Amino acid sequence: MTVISYRQALHDTLRAELLRDENVFLIGEEIGVFEGSYKITAGLLAEFGPRRVRDTPICEEGFTGVAIGAAMMGLRPVVEIMTINFSLLAIDQIVNNAAKLRSLSGGQLSVPMVIRTPGGGGQQLSATHSQNLEVFYAHVPGLKVLAPATCADAKGLLAAAIRDDDPVIVLENLALYNTKGEVPDGEHVAEIGRAAVLKPGRDITVVGYSRAAVIALDVARRLEDDAISAEVIDLRSLRPLDRETVCASVRKTSRAVVVEDDWLSYGTGAEIAATIAEGAFDYLDAPVRRVAAAEVPLPYAKPLELAALPDAGAITRVIRQTLEGN
Amino acid sequence: MADPAGEDLAREDPAVLREYYRQMALIRAFELRAAEMYTRAKIGGYCHLNLGEEATVAGLTAALHAEDFLFATYREHGYALARGADPGRVMAELFGREAGLSRGRGGSMHLFDSQIRLMGGYGIVGGQVPLATGAAFALAYRGGPAPDAPAVMCLLGDATTNIGAFHESLNLAALWRLPVVYVIVNNQLGMGTPVEAAAAEPELWKRGCAYRMPGQRVDGNDVLAVRDAARAALDCARMERQPTLLETVSYRLRGHSVVDPARYRTAEETERLRREDPLPAFRHRLITAGVLDEETAAEIDSEADMAVAAAVDFADASPPPEGAALFDHVYATPAASMYRGLPGDPVAAPGPAAGPGPGSVGGPA
Repeated sequence: MTVISYRQALHDTLRAELLRDENVFLIGEEIGVFEGSYKITAGLLAEFGPRRVRDTPICEEGFTGVAIGAAMMGLRPVVEIMTINFSLLAIDQIVNNAAKLRSLSGGQLSVPMVIRTPGGGGQQLSATHSQNLEVFYAHVPGLKVLAPATCADAKGLLAAAIRDDDPVIVLENLALYNTKGEVPDGEHVAEIGRAAVLKPGRDITVVGYSRAAVIALDVARRLEDDAISAEVIDLRSLRPLDRETVCASVRKTSRAVVVEDDWLSYGTGAEIAATIAEGAFDYLDAPVRRVAAAEVPLPYAKPLELAALPDAGAITRVIRQTLEGN
Repeated sequence: MADPAGEDLAREDPAVLREYYRQMALIRAFELRAAEMYTRAKIGGYCHLNLGEEATVAGLTAALHAEDFLFATYREHGYALARGADPGRVMAELFGREAGLSRGRGGSMHLFDSQIRLMGGYGIVGGQVPLATGAAFALAYRGGPAPDAPAVMCLLGDATTNIGAFHESLNLAALWRLPVVYVIVNNQLGMGTPVEAAAAEPELWKRGCAYRMPGQRVDGNDVLAVRDAARAALDCARMERQPTLLETVSYRLRGHSVVDPARYRTAEETERLRREDPLPAFRHRLITAGVLDEETAAEIDSEADMAVAAAVDFADASPPPEGAALFDHVYATPAASMYRGLPGDPVAAPGPAAGPGPGSVGGPA
């Protein structure tokens, strides 16, 4: 184990995969000369050259489609879309081509590609640059959507995505890039579609993914001081979704809170709550609650931004309410 | 129409010319039967025909090497046939059968056959243009220019030249010098909208100028002109990594799809289309030049009819995909946690039968 940042884990994994497989190449805006808007690809153009690390003009639909076409031919493109907000410009290619080509061709073709893209707010980037649009993609059969919360998963899930034969969206998070944690040395490839219990507990299940899972874990650790034993589940994968790990936990704890950075209505929390309603209904001692972002275009002004995003205070409050409810 | 005296034809191998006619006759017969099968409800969804575009189809596919990759539009039955797909499997796809080119998953708009490097018909206007550009990127990633290097041909309709993905793709292909030929199959109507009403530059091939991409407009009713222009463009892609924007001009003989009665056309226009129909024109041209006689032409026509009748019989006798195969081919690598429920199925079992969890008050019934 080595302690490195989430950013470094992503960078090192990209480098290792470029070294491992000649078919892997990186493509996106400003990933080469500029070394990435968030410096994930720093140094890779110098090491691997423009054939493997391809800077593109600003044209998300164009270069995402190019990557899909290259993947149909057996290459393994790793696309960087600078932030998930810009993926809206490529959504037709992602939803109508990447997700469907295997099915439409009756299994003749596959699309072994990865789209890495960070989401999340809290950086005062305001409404157009702070969204959590991952549920758009998690809704679509044919895609896989992974959301690493820890540094170890930044490595393990990205490596798994690159080696997978389906189109995989790897959701990164602006607020996690500088977090640090233990990362396994050498080969580390995680299993796609498996949630993780970040912290075991008896009294309540707290479910999150990406930044929300990290905050939930922090809250759960602090609640130990008050003799509250919260089990924290990191979904890690939004599609496929590991419903059984969630249900098994709630059958044990009988209470659940879902934390998400995206807007509440029709979000991941709704899917998890519905799953618990089917898979653990008879075990529930309180309604499942959701802690999600306020339903506004995220404002620029810091106090408004803070008011809109879920934080440790809101999560703590809802956990306590759920424990008090019967 | 060029060459009334048959001078061009004299330079051609008569067997090759007869083969072009055979392909065109097969496409015509196939599409007429497809229309009939649609009205008999054997074919569902949308169904777009190549009627009137037979010379363009035969000319473009004649220019391709077997190693080349073809990306098509949703009006692609003829291209599959001309590239050598089995007519029975094409019709079976239209019928939604497991034996269809795309195993009944795609239908008329999504014909895929990786054996003949037909990389798909695409239902979303222009969806294939970035993909074809990416396929050319993969070819350039793997190999250098050479006379026998594979290239990509990307078909698109006239209306597609108005979308952003077209322009983004042309920019990338020119910037990165990719081995691709974009072919605008201009049938002069985007559904019911004439080109002049949709494109500020109605000479569509000129749109490549913004990307310093050479191009040319050719008579899409002239199979040889189409073939020669496509061949030159493909050579340019193979040997110089120079993409081209080619435009073929023809006219579809019927509506946008089988269900469109094309009321936006005048009677005069319809009459002109009949006169300029490329199939009888090519037949006449070959007979005048002595390449075909009436008897051989009739024989080819009748063979086409028989091949299509056999295709219909094959499709009709083929079973549809089984319900149990619903989730096949959605993912290359399935994961254990994937939900594979049918409508009304639960997403999770209500819990193990062993009894309530430790924290539970009520527990399961």
